[in-house]
This record gives sequence, C-alpha cells and structure tokens, in this order.
Amino acid sequence: MRLILRETALAFRRAPLLSALSVTTIAFSLFVFGLFGLVVINLQRTMGTVAERVEIVAYLKRGTPIEAVTMAASDIEAFPEVEAAEYVTQAQALARARAELREFQDIFQDLEANPLPASLDIRLRPAYRNADAADSVAGRLRAFPFVEDVRFGRDWVEKLDRLRAIAGAVGFAIGAAFALVAVIIIGTTIRMAVLQRSREIAIMRLVGATDGFIRMPFLLEGLLKGLLGGALALGLSYGAWALIDTWLIRAAFFTPSQAALGIAAGGFIGLLGSLVSVGRHLRHV
Amino acid sequence: MIKFTAVTREYPKSGAALEQVSFHVRKAEFAFLTGHSGAGKSTALRLTYLADRPTSGEVRVSGYSTDRIAARDIPMLRRRLGIVFQDFRLLEDRTAEENVAFALEVTGARRNTVGPKVMRVLTQVGLAAKAQQFPRELSGGEQQRVAIARALVNDPVVLLADEPSGNLDERATRGIFQLLRDINASGTAVLMATHNLDLVKAMPEAHLIELQHGRVVFDSGESASAEDEVAG
Repeated sequence: MRLILRETALAFRRAPLLSALSVTTIAFSLFVFGLFGLVVINLQRTMGTVAERVEIVAYLKRGTPIEAVTMAASDIEAFPEVEAAEYVTQAQALARARAELREFQDIFQDLEANPLPASLDIRLRPAYRNADAADSVAGRLRAFPFVEDVRFGRDWVEKLDRLRAIAGAVGFAIGAAFALVAVIIIGTTIRMAVLQRSREIAIMRLVGATDGFIRMPFLLEGLLKGLLGGALALGLSYGAWALIDTWLIRAAFFTPSQAALGIAAGGFIGLLGSLVSVGRHLRHV
Repeated sequence: MIKFTAVTREYPKSGAALEQVSFHVRKAEFAFLTGHSGAGKSTALRLTYLADRPTSGEVRVSGYSTDRIAARDIPMLRRRLGIVFQDFRLLEDRTAEENVAFALEVTGARRNTVGPKVMRVLTQVGLAAKAQQFPRELSGGEQQRVAIARALVNDPVVLLADEPSGNLDERATRGIFQLLRDINASGTAVLMATHNLDLVKAMPEAHLIELQHGRVVFDSGESASAEDEVAG
C-alpha cells in the first residue's frame, strides 16, 4: 500500500504540468455542470413557492354546524395528500375579501347580510401539489354532505404541471449532456496520463507486476484529481454565485450536502475515467 | 525449462512468423537463438515470456504451459524469468538502484530485503558505484548492466536476452557477453537471441538453435532432446 501511495505521489511530482492541466480541466467541466446545477436548484425553489399556492377550497352549505365542520376538518387532515385544513368562517371570508379586493371595497361596505359562504381551505403536501392529486382530493371533499362546491383553479394547476414536466425534461437532457461532456473530457485527460506512461506500464508488466498493481496508482491518481477538480469547481461556482447574488438577483447556493455530493461526484468521475482508460490500455498491450 | 513443441505463430497481415518450431532449452544451459532479422527470434522470445500466444503448438516455460496458463499467472511466470532487451527498457526518471528495486517491489517483496538484494546484484554486474545515477548519465553498456541487474534481482531460473548487445560497441558487447556467461556459470539458464555470429563462435559448447524464415534449420541440442523423448 505504501508503495502504491508512493507511486501515485511520484506521478504527480513527475508530471506536474500535466497533473495541473487535468485537475483544471476536470474543475472547469465540473464548474459548467455546477453552474447548471445552481440554475436548477434556484428554478426548483421558485417553482416550489409557486406551487405553494395550489389550494383547494371547499365551500360549505349555510347553517352547517361548526362541530360537524371541525370534525370533518380533522378527518381531511388525515388524508395522505393534505398538509392542513383551515376552517374559514363567513366573517373571516368577508374580512379577507375586503383586504384582498380593495377595488370592490364600496360594495362590501354597503352589504346588509354577508353573502360569502364559510369554507374549508385545504393546503396540499409539496409532493401532491399537482392537478391529479388536487382532483382526487376535491372528489372526496364533494362527498361530504355539507360541502356545496369545491374549487382549485384547475387550469392554473394543469399549466403548472406542464411547466414542471417541461422544465424537468429539459433539465434532465441538458444535465445529462453536461455530465457526459465532463466524463469524456475527464476520461481523455486521464487517458493522456496513461499514454504518457505506457512505456512504464510495459516495463512494469515485463518484471511481473500484476494488472491490479499497475492499475492502483492510476485509480488513486484519478480519484485524487477528480476530488481536487471537484473542490476547485465548487470554489468557482461559489465565486460565480456570490457575484450573481450580490449584483444581479438573490439566489440560493448548494446546501453543504449537495456541495459534498458534487465533490464526491468529481472523485467518482475521476475514478471511473481512470478505470476505463487504464482498463482499455491494459487490454490492448 | 523452455520447451517449444510444434509451435506456429501466424499474424493476420504478415503471415507466419514461426512455423512448426520445436526446441528444448534445459536447466542451467546457455542457448543461442540465431538467424537473420525477421527469422522469428523475437517472436520466439515473446512466446517464452507470454507476451504472445502460439497459433498452434505448445510452449512450456518453467512448469507453465501456454495451453493452460491463466492470465493472472502470467505475472507469476515473469517473476521467474529475467528479460533483457536491445533497448534496455529502463525507467528514465529513476536511478539505477530504483530501476532494479522496482522489479522487486512489484512482487510485493518486504521492504527491508529490497536494499541489500539490489546492492548485491548491482555489485554482481559491476555497477555498485553508480547506483545513484540516472540511465541518461550512464553509457549504453552500463545501462544494459542495470537492465541485467534488474533481470537478476528476482533470482530467475532463465534469463532471456533479445539482442542484448545490438546497441553496443564491441568492447561493451564483450563485457555484457562475459557477464551473461558468468550468470550462466552460477546456474541460471540463458536463452539469448542474437545475429552476432562472433559471440556464437566464442562459445562453441553452447546450445545453438538457428531459425530461418520462422523454421528451425539447425539445432545442436536436437539429439539430446530426442533422447529426452525416449526417456519420457
């Protein structure tokens, strides 16, 4: 093991320029991927806040006793899709309408009786903020005898669903393309390192080194370069994010676990690139 | 030790490099493999250290057979062979000592045994004083001595030499040849491919195998191998 570590260190020392070059290449290809990742997490956050507005309102028949409604509310909160069910009385509904619809303030002012029905306002859990789930919950709400009508802005929710599906597909395609480019570039730089040492590999084989022994320093080298490149890419992404956050728009950065995952991904790609390059080389000589 | 039985090696483009080649190099023997360039000497050596496999026929080396050897056993076989080439094949960025030590280290030798063994073989080839020098600081003859020391450090049963003096002047050639004879005298078999007939003439008692166009045209050890067959 010590020998393998020494051979790995030797590889860095003997070809400092090539090593620096491959670390930089890895860093920049992961940086591009990181920038894309930032765009994705910020879009997702924005989508999340928009989706919070997916709300189902069940209007109640007049004269429904409050006990029946509160009992039903706790039943509804037990639905797997439901996060919260809030009872809104007629008076609260009117107050809300007055606050939100200032243009019609005069009309509300002149009312003799409150025309607004009481309602149950239902918020869905994040995973269920889509048209299908809303529709299914609405169906179950209609079955309650005291429910007059159920509304959830179907068109709007369906549009949101479509937007999410498109964003997901485009994001996946672009992300996969960036990841593939990163793997190819990293694989190529590591292949250069392998070719640079092909004479050495041939000599190692002649004196009886096993393929596993020959492979190990390369794998370690690839892993190390990947981790270094990943860390550097994270630093670059942080710099880019800080600039954008300060000068352009407020944006979110990766969480620590996402950042750690990014560096680990760099290491994994480095390892994979080495495995493929060395494996191919060993098979062909 | 090394036994070729009806070995043929054909390449898709260039055709047969060896055809129905049979010979037998015994323990502690000194054998020459001669012939013009392209006669098949290097191919025969490559088959011996399993860098290549015969198209048909069998090569047996130190208990391993090309018919049965598993890929993972090839490094094990090579540790029992010492191999020397015309172009030395030293690692340029390591000293003479490190080049020799490398051959021991890849076999997983214990660290404390490496140093003394390396110095022993460097002394044997007359280069102990230049252990810390890099290949580029050494003459061709000296580089070949480092390569021979590397070949010897694992105590091989056979030393394979492919035109070991091909890049050397006459004086260095004589020195290397004498070194190979000394190694052989201490019990290691030597199979040396060369087209230098002066060397062959200088050692008339050696086993001589001559190749022409991939076939054996002369084998001074043939009668002995026939006796072998009878003996079993």
